[in-house]
Amino acid sequence: MYAQLVKTAGTGVKTREEMSDDERNFQDRVDRDEKIEPKDWMPDDYRATLIRQIGQHAHSEIVGQLPEGNWITRAPTLERKAILLAKVQDEAGHGLYLYCAAETLGVTRDELTEELLSGRMKYSSIFNYPTLNWADIGAVGWLVDGAAIMNQVPLQRTSYGPYSRAMIRICKEESFHQRQGYDIMMKMAQGSDAQRKMAQDALNRFWYPSLMMFGPSDKDSVHSAQSLAWKIKIDTNDELRQRFVDQTVPQAKYLGLTIPDEHLKWNEERGAHDFSEPDWTEFFNVIKGKGPCNVDRMEARVAAWEDGAWVRDGLLAHARKTSAARTAAE
Amino acid sequence: MADNDALFEFLLRLGDNSLILGHRVSEWCGHSPVLEEDIALANTALDLIGQTQMWLGLAGEVEGKGRTADDLAFLRDAWDFRNVLLCELPNGDFGQTLMRQFLYDAWSQIMLGHLTQSTDARVAEIAAKAAKEVAYHVERSGDTVIGLGDGTEESHARMQAALDYLWPYVGEMFDGDAVDAAMTKAGIAPDPASLREDYDALVRDVLRKATLTVPTDVFHHKGGRTGYMHTEHLGHLLTQMQWLQRAYPGATW
Repeated sequence: MYAQLVKTAGTGVKTREEMSDDERNFQDRVDRDEKIEPKDWMPDDYRATLIRQIGQHAHSEIVGQLPEGNWITRAPTLERKAILLAKVQDEAGHGLYLYCAAETLGVTRDELTEELLSGRMKYSSIFNYPTLNWADIGAVGWLVDGAAIMNQVPLQRTSYGPYSRAMIRICKEESFHQRQGYDIMMKMAQGSDAQRKMAQDALNRFWYPSLMMFGPSDKDSVHSAQSLAWKIKIDTNDELRQRFVDQTVPQAKYLGLTIPDEHLKWNEERGAHDFSEPDWTEFFNVIKGKGPCNVDRMEARVAAWEDGAWVRDGLLAHARKTSAARTAAE
Repeated sequence: MADNDALFEFLLRLGDNSLILGHRVSEWCGHSPVLEEDIALANTALDLIGQTQMWLGLAGEVEGKGRTADDLAFLRDAWDFRNVLLCELPNGDFGQTLMRQFLYDAWSQIMLGHLTQSTDARVAEIAAKAAKEVAYHVERSGDTVIGLGDGTEESHARMQAALDYLWPYVGEMFDGDAVDAAMTKAGIAPDPASLREDYDALVRDVLRKATLTVPTDVFHHKGGRTGYMHTEHLGHLLTQMQWLQRAYPGATW
């Protein structure tokens, strides 16, 4: 989910007859739910697609620090400040595991960073929305992490071993974050009039961007079939979105908040909620760099990288001197 | 000065140091030069905020007026803060942040070592917990100061500039007054001046390895730990940190 619109490499799903022997063996292993490990043979397109997907996921964790980091210095109590710091620290840690998982596919963290900073690789559209009041920190945990979990829980079963293992660790922390987010929402919803107003305002602004996190509708998602066959995508975008809505509606009700969708209603026949589609024009604009915060987010990441160049160079130079001195002493 | 008032004041000094420095470090979140440093800075800030909760929590208890750690952190004005000036100075570049951290960590480690022997069991208990965290902080900040001081020409120049800027704020940590005299007399805490020898040994060793030159001027700024005169920076930090509590008084978060 932190990966959207990942373009699957290749020409689409091949029939068994079209596959080479290696490809057939590979697909058989995937079908038997065996994990593919870094040294195993894999199709080039599988490798390329995974690099895109894991890279985009890692970038999302890193850029995702910014909207929440925006409130660390204004957190209202010492405990809230500590919880938020720990959460943002976890996200940096997730970025680290994911970059490591991507490195097993033969791409370095620095190469992926270059791709992000030059705009060739994307991160989740959600992080291009601003956090404007304290309830937004609750909404990010509740809705954004909630949507992330929807997608990441199935990805624990993904075919690529290092990615699957990273997901298992990440999911444990994400579900904790979601509970913390909901806890903030509870405090706000049960608080003063001003706090309830903040909570509703946060839900109003984050609802549709959260639905967009799952990516465009299946009918418009041309790349899914191959990724599903390779088990680097487990469920379709619409299945996940539906599951998210069905889970979230009663939670919003419990909070006494109103989901900003007049068409939202329970459909007895389907056993699921009917709901309005997000504005996909807005989504594609955000993806193209025209979201409320795209420019600021990228500027912050570029500044961190460029301003930090002397630090990385300095530490590297020292490490070389130390290892040269050690070699000379031996 | 009544012993209880002195103890309250002393605890504010400890709690405000970790609160204000922790806040400063937390400003880095998401903006560090390397991912590992982002994680390490957030971790340091987190430890410092945790120490704040313990020191200010005890301060409120000792004061006996029902104020919580949050009340003390979010509802006092600048003149009531008792942190040393070093902690409130701006982050500057990454080098200045890490130099400030090292100069503080070195003092903190030595101070906490003494406080674990405090005659006040509550103080000794908090110190023992904090000392474990600070042992790691000083190792990391010291290593980073060495790595950057003895790195490239540019990193060396930046670290020397950071040291030159921060050094005049080091002396305040060793100043003493009636509060310290009361603490020393009661066996709660050491005389601040008595920590200087160990501090100089530790700090000069690291700075020598970092190929940096310790300024020779012995002048130092003061006014933070007594609250007499903070820097202009503290007020801005508080406007941000205290905003929600001030704008929505009495709300539960």
